[in-house]
Amino acid sequence: MIRLNRSRIVILTLVVVTILLGWFGRDLGKTLDARWLTKFPSAWVIPFKSYISSAMTWLIEDAALGPVSFTDVTRAIAWLIEQPYNLVLTLLADGFVRGQGNEAQVILPAISWIVVIAAVIALGQYCRDWALAALVGACFIYLAVFGQWDSAMVTLASVLIAVPIGAGGGLMTGIIAYRHPTFERIISPILDLMQTIPIFAYLVPILFMFGFGPISALVATMIYATPPMVRITTLALKAVDPEILDFGRMAGTTQRQLMWRVLVPSASHSLMVGVNQVIMLTLNMVIIASMIGAGGLGFDVLAALRRLDIGAGFEAGIAIVVLAIAIDRLSQSFAERMGQVHHEIPGTWITRHRRTVLVLVLLVLTWVLGQFSPLLLEYPENQTITTGAFWDDTVKYLNVNYFDTFEAIKVFFLTWFMIPIKTVLLGIPWPWAIAMLTLLGWHAGGWRLALLCGGMASLILVSGLWSKAMVTVYLCGASVILATLIGVPLGVLAALNKRAGAVINLLIDTLQTLPSFVYLIPVVMLFRVGDFTALIAIVLYALAPAVRYAAHGVRSVSGELIEAGLVSGCTPTQLLRHIRLPMALPEILLGINQTIMLALSMLVITALVGTRDLGQEVYIALTKADTGRGLVAGLSIAFIAIIADRLINAGARQARIRFGLEN
Amino acid sequence: MTPKTKLSCRNVWKLYGPKAESLLRQNPNPSADDIRKAGVIGAVRSANIDIAEGEIFIIMGLSGSGKSTLVRCLSRLIEPTAGEVLFDDADLLSTSEKELIEIRRHKMGMVFQHFALLPHLTVLQNVMFPLTIQATPKPEAKAKARDVVELVGLKGREDNYPRELSGGQQQRVGIARSLVTEPDLWFLDEPFSALDPLIRREMQDEFLRLQERLHKTIVFITHDFEEAVRLADRIAIMKDGEIIQIATPEELVMHPATDYVAEFTRHIPRSKVLTVGGVMTPGVKGEGEPIPQSTRVSDVAERIIAADAPIPVSDGNGQIVGGIDRKAVAHVLFGAGDAA
Repeated sequence: MIRLNRSRIVILTLVVVTILLGWFGRDLGKTLDARWLTKFPSAWVIPFKSYISSAMTWLIEDAALGPVSFTDVTRAIAWLIEQPYNLVLTLLADGFVRGQGNEAQVILPAISWIVVIAAVIALGQYCRDWALAALVGACFIYLAVFGQWDSAMVTLASVLIAVPIGAGGGLMTGIIAYRHPTFERIISPILDLMQTIPIFAYLVPILFMFGFGPISALVATMIYATPPMVRITTLALKAVDPEILDFGRMAGTTQRQLMWRVLVPSASHSLMVGVNQVIMLTLNMVIIASMIGAGGLGFDVLAALRRLDIGAGFEAGIAIVVLAIAIDRLSQSFAERMGQVHHEIPGTWITRHRRTVLVLVLLVLTWVLGQFSPLLLEYPENQTITTGAFWDDTVKYLNVNYFDTFEAIKVFFLTWFMIPIKTVLLGIPWPWAIAMLTLLGWHAGGWRLALLCGGMASLILVSGLWSKAMVTVYLCGASVILATLIGVPLGVLAALNKRAGAVINLLIDTLQTLPSFVYLIPVVMLFRVGDFTALIAIVLYALAPAVRYAAHGVRSVSGELIEAGLVSGCTPTQLLRHIRLPMALPEILLGINQTIMLALSMLVITALVGTRDLGQEVYIALTKADTGRGLVAGLSIAFIAIIADRLINAGARQARIRFGLEN
Repeated sequence: MTPKTKLSCRNVWKLYGPKAESLLRQNPNPSADDIRKAGVIGAVRSANIDIAEGEIFIIMGLSGSGKSTLVRCLSRLIEPTAGEVLFDDADLLSTSEKELIEIRRHKMGMVFQHFALLPHLTVLQNVMFPLTIQATPKPEAKAKARDVVELVGLKGREDNYPRELSGGQQQRVGIARSLVTEPDLWFLDEPFSALDPLIRREMQDEFLRLQERLHKTIVFITHDFEEAVRLADRIAIMKDGEIIQIATPEELVMHPATDYVAEFTRHIPRSKVLTVGGVMTPGVKGEGEPIPQSTRVSDVAERIIAADAPIPVSDGNGQIVGGIDRKAVAHVLFGAGDAA
């Protein structure tokens, strides 16, 4: 079947040579007495990290514009964010307190758990129906009953502050980018970078500027969660029907009227999808940001992980999941509701806002009656249920009885899959690797892409992180291979079989709602720390896009093509092999691309279980508060992500051009 | 007495491409070849149009012929590369952004192919929209909007949202919205093309009924020659960005300027285009009730064929100017190519 024309032979030879070089690279270096081939000499390293660190020190200590120093600016920003945050935190968790320490006097307690639950139920009913109300209500009741209420409210407070600022800021930036193409061209690569640099890398400088605490965490969260909103805003505005734009102008609107009365309302549905994204990213980030003092559920998980207290970690982890599911479902149905139109109910304000009134009445009631019965304000501690012991026992049981099985699986994968990849990647002499990358770039997208690939790879090299980068590529690559092998068939199955599709969709939906942290807990319990644990956590986290895109690609193959195949007498297998899969290839490639991005972002989190890659470098930098080290390692990860992204996109585009889907 | 010219354009060009402006500066009248060689796309080439007050002027062309671009140049939604557009004898292209907004608010209205209704507003709010942005007092805006909604036959649907209406009804909203500011100049960009044939027919009748009451100056875009012939006072036919011929429907059928135009007219039933005045024999006196000379042949064909003698034809003042017999009608109905 494979036609052996000349270019295929060349490519094949190069691949084989690369693998052989990798396998024997180290020995080759030894025999030639040229160890620098596989190990970049430290004398040639350019010390980017110390440059950055000293620049940072200068920024914090000396930088000033006239009388206003840089720290003044950061302090002002921190103050601005702190005010609303403190208010919400007071309302949800702390209560209004006068005085400090033992003399503290509660003026007004925090909003009662009863009111919060009533409010989310009302919101669920407003956004969709009683089923949703029951779901979110159950989620919040879970938080109370299982003793996670206080931490959950701290997390919720962060989300409530970060989301409006992130979504609003994203909307504004997106609008400016829509109006001024030059601005868009400037921020587009910055957004790329913001999304591909692992979060941890910019936790370090933020820590420097805003200090340890919830404000730093909020700032980091916003930086992380805003870029998709900017993008979605620009895209949504561009996607507004040009006729509507023409109509707006012909009606004689001013610039501002055109934007706020014509374009933004017309795009509101897509914009709400963006807000949902911001919410989910925020939730994910708030958990991660507990490392720099965000507190809340994330801190509970982190603390439990550090203690290896499986039970507690699992409980807090489930609480995160429950909170995430509730918030996700709520915001999704709210977005849907915004997209539809509803006839206004006539009547007074009170009849129109019955739910709001009810919740407010309940709030006042609990505040007043709470004086007499604390039950109305706080869920009684002795009524909470803990499952910690149960989880501990389960893990113990599994480990006692199935230890050999787990160990066998682990060893099998390590010996036959992971270690070979690692050896090859670490053994490839760096000049050859960079040459190959450049060649690949040239082949996929011309000299520009070649330059990008070669340049970024060289930058990683000269910053002295080559071997760590290779470990990153190995871990990420192995996970992506596994995720693709599992995800693409699942996606194809979901597209072809309705019942399987429903099950798979549910699975993927759940996987996507979970914050990345959570994946670590069960895996660590079963496989302890190490590369294999990291691999599984990454695969779980990065599986979703592979499935989604494959399913979408297979589903969107045109019906006419399928019919043409059927009429020609294709068997179902032939139909899949000759029509569905080739036509879905560009989509599948994009899915793999997304999988790679997610895998890279998960790498840093798996540093917690003791990997030895760039993620670990970033994590160490965070614990040592070493800005330069963290940023350089973070940027290196971003470079790997960018190279992979551009190469795959170029490949997908070539495939689409070949099928005439794009020219 | 010729009526006043409402809108005209002189030598309007719209070229797309990085070298568009420099090409026109070097050569004010480039040929199709020149344009292709410069790597530029000629969307509108040297358009000259005069549209009289109260006229229904139709721009007809297939997709890609540049008709939409031309109408957007006329309304200055698109900035022409060169040329001038005169609206009420004032140069539209040199007006400031502020004046342009004023002109659009009060003197122009536009209807769109896919209706361009705002999905989040009700019918009434959509119709009110042009008034809302001018900050017209709400009661006044509401009253005006209700009037036009009634005019287009949508009374009772004021509180529905666009997606709850059929295509024809949605376009009625679009029409009402474009009329609510009482504009002088009315642009309709393929208003009926997205509708089913039956509804299209109904809307065309509705459109003629409206125009009889309102007497707007109308620029109407279509790709449907039959529609053009049915509605137009004059038609401009466009091909590849160029206006090939501007004429009344009758002239187009009788004297097509090029084979391309003739190709369109070939499938049009002549009796629906030609008027009695065009095919009568001058000087002949007939008997019976006279027929006005602007009547379409198809409307009176049966009567003429049934009559044994020629029937007199009168001009606008009731003067008998000639007669028409069954032979002339038969020639129109069944005759080969050259009916003239």
